[in-house]
Amino acid sequence: MRLTLINVVIAVVAAIAFAALNAAYLVWAERRGAARIQRRPGPNINGPFGLLQPPLDGIKLMAKQLTIPGGADKAMFIAAPILAMFPAIMSFVTIPFSDTIVAKNMNVGILMIFAFASMGGMSLVFAGWSSRNKYAMMSSVRAVSQAVAYEIPMLITTITVVMITGSMDLMEIVRQQSGSILHWNIFPVLGNSHNLLMPFSFLIFFTCTLAETNRAPFDLGEAESELVAGFHTEYGSMGFGLFFMGEYANIVVGSCLTTILFLGGWNCPFGLFPGVWWFILKLYLLIGTFIWIRWTFPRTTIYGLLNLSWKILIPLSLFNLLFTAGLLKVF
Amino acid sequence: MVAYFTEIFNGLLSLFIGMGITFKEFFKPTVTVAYPYETLTMCARYRGHIELVPDEEGNPKCVVCGLCEKACPSDCISLAGEKPEGGKKKELTKYNLDFTRCSLCGSCVESCSFGAIDFSKEYNLASTRKEDFIFNLLQRLEEKKK
Amino acid sequence: MNAPILLQPDETFILNVGPQHPATHGVLRVKMEMSGEYIVNAETVIGYIHRMHEKMGELKTYPQFLMNLSRMDYLGALGYSHCHVLVVEKASGIVVPERAEYIRAIMVELNRIASHLFWFGAFVMDLGGFSPLMYALQDREHILDMLEAVTGSRLTYCYFRFGGLYNDIDDDFIAAARRFIPRMRKSLKKYKALVTGNIIFRKRLEGIAPLTPEMCRKYGASSAVARGSGINFDVRRNEPYSVYPEFDFDIPVYHECDSLARYMVRMDEIEQSLRIVEQGLDKLPGGPIMPDKKPKIIKPPAGDYYQAVETARGSFGVRLVSDGGKNPYRLKLRSPTYSNMHLFDEACRGMMIMDALAFMGSLDLVIPEIDR
Repeated sequence: MRLTLINVVIAVVAAIAFAALNAAYLVWAERRGAARIQRRPGPNINGPFGLLQPPLDGIKLMAKQLTIPGGADKAMFIAAPILAMFPAIMSFVTIPFSDTIVAKNMNVGILMIFAFASMGGMSLVFAGWSSRNKYAMMSSVRAVSQAVAYEIPMLITTITVVMITGSMDLMEIVRQQSGSILHWNIFPVLGNSHNLLMPFSFLIFFTCTLAETNRAPFDLGEAESELVAGFHTEYGSMGFGLFFMGEYANIVVGSCLTTILFLGGWNCPFGLFPGVWWFILKLYLLIGTFIWIRWTFPRTTIYGLLNLSWKILIPLSLFNLLFTAGLLKVF
Repeated sequence: MVAYFTEIFNGLLSLFIGMGITFKEFFKPTVTVAYPYETLTMCARYRGHIELVPDEEGNPKCVVCGLCEKACPSDCISLAGEKPEGGKKKELTKYNLDFTRCSLCGSCVESCSFGAIDFSKEYNLASTRKEDFIFNLLQRLEEKKK
Repeated sequence: MNAPILLQPDETFILNVGPQHPATHGVLRVKMEMSGEYIVNAETVIGYIHRMHEKMGELKTYPQFLMNLSRMDYLGALGYSHCHVLVVEKASGIVVPERAEYIRAIMVELNRIASHLFWFGAFVMDLGGFSPLMYALQDREHILDMLEAVTGSRLTYCYFRFGGLYNDIDDDFIAAARRFIPRMRKSLKKYKALVTGNIIFRKRLEGIAPLTPEMCRKYGASSAVARGSGINFDVRRNEPYSVYPEFDFDIPVYHECDSLARYMVRMDEIEQSLRIVEQGLDKLPGGPIMPDKKPKIIKPPAGDYYQAVETARGSFGVRLVSDGGKNPYRLKLRSPTYSNMHLFDEACRGMMIMDALAFMGSLDLVIPEIDR
């Protein structure tokens, strides 16, 4: 694909549209899912199945006044919600949905996604620090330690996958997993590493995705029973809306990455008809699990979270890295 | 070392058990009532605000003894009556209930030995004005009569 | 524009938790002196919802004050009414028919289950899990429906009368209660698997906020707060009243002293209350629900009377000083949460804020009951 101006515009518009649409409708899905789990109907008044709820919520948020608290750092305060949304959208540029649908494939795709993902943590820090609110500040301090603690096991696990495939190109990673479920990185019996510990790697990666996207049970940043609303306590109007959408856009990116790295991207579990539909199916199953987890578990503590990362996830992921390296040497 | 792994294993297991429970709940039918669209009928003993009970002719049974007024802990009830010329019994001329202060204790209904007041089954009471909750029960009874 | 905050490394800051805060479940304000996430000092500030119930008790006649008791603790209202009617009956020598006393016990125990269920849900919500609250409310709804069918109200009951009851229970109620017991037992199993066994939940409560028995005694704590610290005290057993001696039930006591112990005590109490309801329904005698002889105007002879009961939140007492008139001379209400809450200031020092708020949840505070 040639990098022409039209291509870039189309890709950017498609990425923004996909991210925004997902963010809006995942809010709906989350509310419906939570309601089903709690045996309520959920939003069902506006439109069929309440499908008009997200646009109406958006209109409501936009109609509200954006207040900036006195004493807040204005520039940072305004920058923070944009910073929450923007890295997620940028990441979509390099995510391949099938072997043809990709805006711009790069041979360092993973690197780019992680570079942008680490910026997501910055938005929390900016928001919490600039709000001049004690609750928000405590939340931003938590967010820093959380982001640091969970990027490490996530990266180590990614390196394990990169070692198996020998490439940082997301397309290449999926191509090497082509075939049935036994070729995928989650359970690579027939893959080139034969590493049976990979399901645990998948769990580690998934846990880190939960933590990186600030989802329950790791939603310490916005822990509403302690910190009121955490970093977005002082945000109203679309500032709040952007944080909200950013959270869901990040979930989509995280789930896309999990699908590509472990679940064989657009490959079918039985090796039949590979295509974008498999990718979408896996993506939404993962997102469904995110929602399912959120409405099942209580929140962890900040030290519980750090203990989990430093005492369990990092040693185990390191061990798996070494184990995989050994296996690759043997086979 | 063994304890370390058993803790991880048991922890993971407990998480999966919890997820299994919410998964089962996901497919059960909803239990809520979509309130403004569907309403429940109140049970027979439901205690709403009080209402005057009419006799066969539709006139209040009340004999203006004033016991309910005295029994009320919050001075919600104010009533008045006068003897019509030539009549033997007092007739009710005013019966006001200040529902803003009522705590639905039912002391008034209990104190009435003539069965002249009873609980209504009304619960859709919402207004932005305080005056809407000062009920003229006599007027309500007359409206009902028509 | 205000000057930016510049904190020195050893400097603390004041965090106002409440009066409007999601964790305080009402209008309780906690002034916390924080060093980062750690609490250096905390001070609970109460009085935001003070309604002078004690003074109202002096100004109103005895029957007029009946409905105030259920406004104190809106979750376990019947236990409080029970205490009030017991002390007035004791003072004026009214004999309650046996059937009425049995029904009272059944109702109070059902109300206790409802209260514990709500606490369970709210407590897990304090810890960040939302769904258990909804499941608990579904079970509670059955109790409220049953109580509504008999008493006429769902939350702030005015059901007990001096000498008896306002309404008799019917066969529908008995059938509904019998249906409810196995249902609740099934739900308890669900809660055990979903919440009690959950590793995240256990990690948040185990060993957190240890309260020594000495400290509980010092502050006069009761209910699960004391029983979770190994103090085997329950008014129903230690100072028996009503028909409780007739029932066979256990007092759950845990010796771990931590938040989990307090949680476990309450969950076990639900099971024990179910046992009492079951036995009460079996033993329910016939007869009237109001005594034949009852003074028309209640005027207890001059004297000083006290009665304590075990409510859902601990030992509640009413001290009644009568001068022989239509109104009490003094009506002192000893509310259990008031004592339980004051533990918080001392116990939460050095804790992290999230542990402290989980600890506050485990105390089962109902703010209108503290402020009265």
